[in-house]
Amino acid sequence: MLAGGGFSRRHVWILAALVGAAVVAWLIFAIWPAWLSAALISKRAFFSAVLNGLTLSGLYFLVASGFTLVFGLMRNVNLAHGSLYLLGAYIGYEVTSRTGYWLFGVAAGFAVLAVIGVAMQVFVFRHLEGDDLRQTLVTLGISIVAADLMLAVWTGTTYQIPIPSWLDGAVTLPIVTAVRANGELIFLRYTFFRLVVLATAIVIGIGLWFMLNRTRVGMMIRAGVDDRAMLSASGINVHAVFAIVFAVGAGLAGIAGVIGGSVLSVAPGEDVRYLLASLVVVIVGGMGSITGAAIGALLIGLAEQIGLVYFPTYGVVLTFVIMVAVLALRPQGIMGRL
Amino acid sequence: MSELLTAARPRLDGTFLERIGLGNIALVIFLVIYPAVASEFFIVQIGAYSLIWGMLALSLMILAGYGGMVSMAQISIAGVAGYTVAIFGMNHTGVHGFGWPFWILVPFAVLLAALVAGLIGLISNRTEGIYTIMITLAVATGFFYFTQQNYALFNGHSGFAGIEAPKFWGINWRAPVPFYYLCLGCAVLSYAAVLYASRSAYGLTLQAVRDNARRMRALGYDVTRHKVVAYFYSGLIAGLGGVLLVWFNGRISPGTIDVSAAINVLVIAVIGGMRHPIGPFLGAVVVVLIQTFAIDVVGAERYNTLIGLVFLLIVFASPDGILGLWEKAKLRAPREQVFQLDPLRAGVMSITNRRKRNI
Repeated sequence: MLAGGGFSRRHVWILAALVGAAVVAWLIFAIWPAWLSAALISKRAFFSAVLNGLTLSGLYFLVASGFTLVFGLMRNVNLAHGSLYLLGAYIGYEVTSRTGYWLFGVAAGFAVLAVIGVAMQVFVFRHLEGDDLRQTLVTLGISIVAADLMLAVWTGTTYQIPIPSWLDGAVTLPIVTAVRANGELIFLRYTFFRLVVLATAIVIGIGLWFMLNRTRVGMMIRAGVDDRAMLSASGINVHAVFAIVFAVGAGLAGIAGVIGGSVLSVAPGEDVRYLLASLVVVIVGGMGSITGAAIGALLIGLAEQIGLVYFPTYGVVLTFVIMVAVLALRPQGIMGRL
Repeated sequence: MSELLTAARPRLDGTFLERIGLGNIALVIFLVIYPAVASEFFIVQIGAYSLIWGMLALSLMILAGYGGMVSMAQISIAGVAGYTVAIFGMNHTGVHGFGWPFWILVPFAVLLAALVAGLIGLISNRTEGIYTIMITLAVATGFFYFTQQNYALFNGHSGFAGIEAPKFWGINWRAPVPFYYLCLGCAVLSYAAVLYASRSAYGLTLQAVRDNARRMRALGYDVTRHKVVAYFYSGLIAGLGGVLLVWFNGRISPGTIDVSAAINVLVIAVIGGMRHPIGPFLGAVVVVLIQTFAIDVVGAERYNTLIGLVFLLIVFASPDGILGLWEKAKLRAPREQVFQLDPLRAGVMSITNRRKRNI
């Protein structure tokens, strides 16, 4: 490894990262030559796709981080996680349209879903502990009933949660997409709200990381992911830890629902979409890992949006190529531990 | 390794009829004379439809019951066969439709479906346990979205219509009674094949792998290969079911293979019970009856809630489904017959300590 010129593997990695960063910086700030624009349709199309992918990744991360925490700690594949997302979106819509405050909608989405999450843990999963398959089947049954009842209450209509005026509008980004004939530069404009979504996801992600790595509860959760029996044996009330994790996981799905319902839309069937996203993100990222969920969400969100622009009818295939490649090379997921 | 199995294998004595079992014979006789006593609606919408869904659930039962792998992708495998029939056979949509004759088309579709199933098995067997359900559900959902957004191959949202069962031997197999017998024939064939295979050396090995994969690996068995082959076999049955389903509906679109359909297969298998191949067919009859008549009970449209609740009830009360309830009832009755294990299963028990599975 240390052959010849004194380059260690670390040096090579740093060099590669620097070159990569330089290429990315050049892609962002340079005015693209014609051949590159020809290859990628246009700089504007490419960066819109990337930004859309990043915001979608943010949304996927919010949904999947709760899923991966619950899965990692309790070995419980919560197939009703998509239903939690959809219910959060509907609650957000009701609260926002009645009170007129969007932030109330977000808070209600989190609070109500957190309570439902705790209720699911206390009334359902505690009774089926240690039986993963039955727990999974129960969540499946819950998702069937929930989807049908939500359809009964909110019908098949598509809703859009109104966003407040201070989040509306578009901002100009320092990315030159083209130059007019008179030398004037055209900058990329992008929806402000979508950038807020991305920022929110990043803030929540950092918050989760701090909670897991710097607090006592986080320590218990991490210990539980590694060895549940040992955690319980060291005198910690695992049921309380489970309830907290379920509350946080379901609450995050609720928040994601409200945000997703504002930036995209709310309709029956969205539950399946976000369940799929959660599944793939966790398979790719590795179970129980927040960092893994972030990496997985980034890969899947970008793949989906870039696929949508460049090969519209084969977009899903790209997601699956990623999933299969990860399973082939690293079955436990990118950040997963065996 | 085969000595072990042959040694444990009891002599199959008794007459041919005894080996098949009186219950099975009575069942087949009932199903054969069923069209004579039932109305056309009950023959096709209940009878044939239950048989088709029973086959799809049977393909899951092979994996879950004998292999311990709960796959959610069985409907996608059926969908592969269905789409193959639509694309390479005749359809009225005017997209593709190469018009292959049925006797090439059907084996081709079924084989393709089985190969896809093997591929899914290969992918999902990279990890073990509860991951299987996640990976296969992801595959099923992904395949649904793919058929929905792809027009070049799958004709997108609208799919294919006007796909008809063939006419041969002077019989129009699309007519109600012949179609029922076609479904019955396929179902009996699959059921018998599963019963036979479950007692074969391969079937016993698969069940041993389910019970203790580590020990089987230590004994020198290729665990992954046995599981992947199980996917292939289950794909044959799911594919055949898929062909019948597309003939039944006369059309196939992404809606046929969406996630609720994937869940439906699992619901049927769980409600029926996965410890014996008859379970999926029982479950199919129950679920099809609920779907058909729930409108009268819970009002229009809310039948999914009813099915979901029945499903939850079964999962909580009797993890082995209706079959489990039946066995419980038999246990209560003071008959020692029940405790006499199937001698063929005893063979497995001598190899591995057979753990009672919950499903």
